[in-house]
Amino acid sequence: MRLSDRDKATLGGELGEGARIALELVVASGEAMGAEDLLDISGAHIDGCLYHGIAGLDFARRLAESGGEVVVPTTLNVSSLDLLHPDLYRGDEETAQRAGQLMDAYQQMGCRPTWTCAPYQLTDRPGYGDQVAWGESNAIVFANSVLGARTNRYGDFLDICCALTGRAPAVDLHTDAGRRATMALDVSVPDPWLDEDLLYVGLGLILGREAGSKVATLTGLDERADEDRLKALGAAAASSGAVAMFHVVGVTPESETLGSYSGDRRILVDSETIADALRELSGDSRQGLGAVRVGTPHASGAELLALAGLVEGRTSAVPFYVNASRDVLTEVPSAVATIEAFGATVVADTCTYITPIIGDVDGVVMTNSGKWAYYAPGNLGVEVSIGSMTDCVESAVRGEVVVSGLLS
Amino acid sequence: MRALVAGKASGELVVLDDGLSFWGGYEPSTGRIVDRSHPQFGQSLVGKIVYMPSGRGSSSSSSVLAEALRIGMAPAGLVLGEPDSILVIGSLVAELLYGVGCPIYVGDRAELGAGVVRLGEP
Repeated sequence: MRLSDRDKATLGGELGEGARIALELVVASGEAMGAEDLLDISGAHIDGCLYHGIAGLDFARRLAESGGEVVVPTTLNVSSLDLLHPDLYRGDEETAQRAGQLMDAYQQMGCRPTWTCAPYQLTDRPGYGDQVAWGESNAIVFANSVLGARTNRYGDFLDICCALTGRAPAVDLHTDAGRRATMALDVSVPDPWLDEDLLYVGLGLILGREAGSKVATLTGLDERADEDRLKALGAAAASSGAVAMFHVVGVTPESETLGSYSGDRRILVDSETIADALRELSGDSRQGLGAVRVGTPHASGAELLALAGLVEGRTSAVPFYVNASRDVLTEVPSAVATIEAFGATVVADTCTYITPIIGDVDGVVMTNSGKWAYYAPGNLGVEVSIGSMTDCVESAVRGEVVVSGLLS
Repeated sequence: MRALVAGKASGELVVLDDGLSFWGGYEPSTGRIVDRSHPQFGQSLVGKIVYMPSGRGSSSSSSVLAEALRIGMAPAGLVLGEPDSILVIGSLVAELLYGVGCPIYVGDRAELGAGVVRLGEP
């Protein structure tokens, strides 16, 4: 690994013990990934602030107590607690305490308490070509694919190490070569399907399964693949696979350059493949509807406005949860009021599949999120049913699972 | 095989047909795979040498691996079909904090043989 003079000083402890530990780990990880150089980053997003056990807390404290301070603007992912609505938490007190200590340690190092898995919805998100170090799988794939910023998949721990040093291994998705498409998904569906949100969830599931960690280019879509739909696609792909970047021809910023692919590793995706992928996520029991939850990744302002339009003047017959970030919630206060009047619980700072918020549910949980549907059965032991936002609302009002569009 | 995290380990070989996201897919308290869609759902990985074709899913897998190592409920070693920096950092941090990292190698399934296998032997 070639090191700058400043790197050498950091490793010699001249910039403090926290920075020294951090750079040692950046270098060791870089060597494992085959990097020969480090590069400067202009921002970071930290996933390690979510409590997964004592190891994560011990590590953050070690860095914070060693004087570690971030040297680039750094946002924080969801945590285990909703600080705006602490009474929603149903877990044990000891875990809550440690989760709070973990959040404190990251703030002590100078990270911004944004508490969102969708940092790309914040006003100061990175731009085209910016080199950043992001954690959180859905944020990583969005940054690379939709923003044209450059990040590898930074795991917990390495993310904060990059933020404390401003350095990252110059390899893979940080480079042109690593961003080139090496396969294609050719999407061939009836034109009206491109207006269906669930299409993008299904495509994401298939992309993850077929691509693994490869960069794929998708053909057959158009500008109807807007940011929220690409968010859903990427989040699903990063759940069913290790996808960190994809291109959509004619839509994403590098699709005409690095995304151009004419090779023969092509997979045809038709209506049937997509409907099958979606159906596989839903359980097959005949249980009734227990609850509904939307907003994974965190709902955007546009999604909250659309949801408010669907629920206005109506009442949910089952518990209904909506996740969004504290920043986005303050942008659309009247939509939030309408959603709460519907009977929904608005959850900020965290996510309903990682922290005990939904109580014991009697029946299936309906969601519009491929990611939530993917992880909730393992994390929470619930059965899920997938549907569009409209399906979710209609089902909540009627108190039974109703599906329309692609799945009807 | 190329070392991502060098070290010696031995244990019974468990071959995973798909990548495993340790976050959401592995429960340190029981040492078992809890991802219901994974072909080896329910398999214990404690003390095993685990081959998987690739990493997968969440970037929190490093935290979960480090925690599993801390409480002694982790694989003895990992062999990956392709490099995965998320698992590497999990092992490095467990080593830094508690001296209990696990070796991680990149290699082919065919190189491993079967039964009890050893990693890091010359």
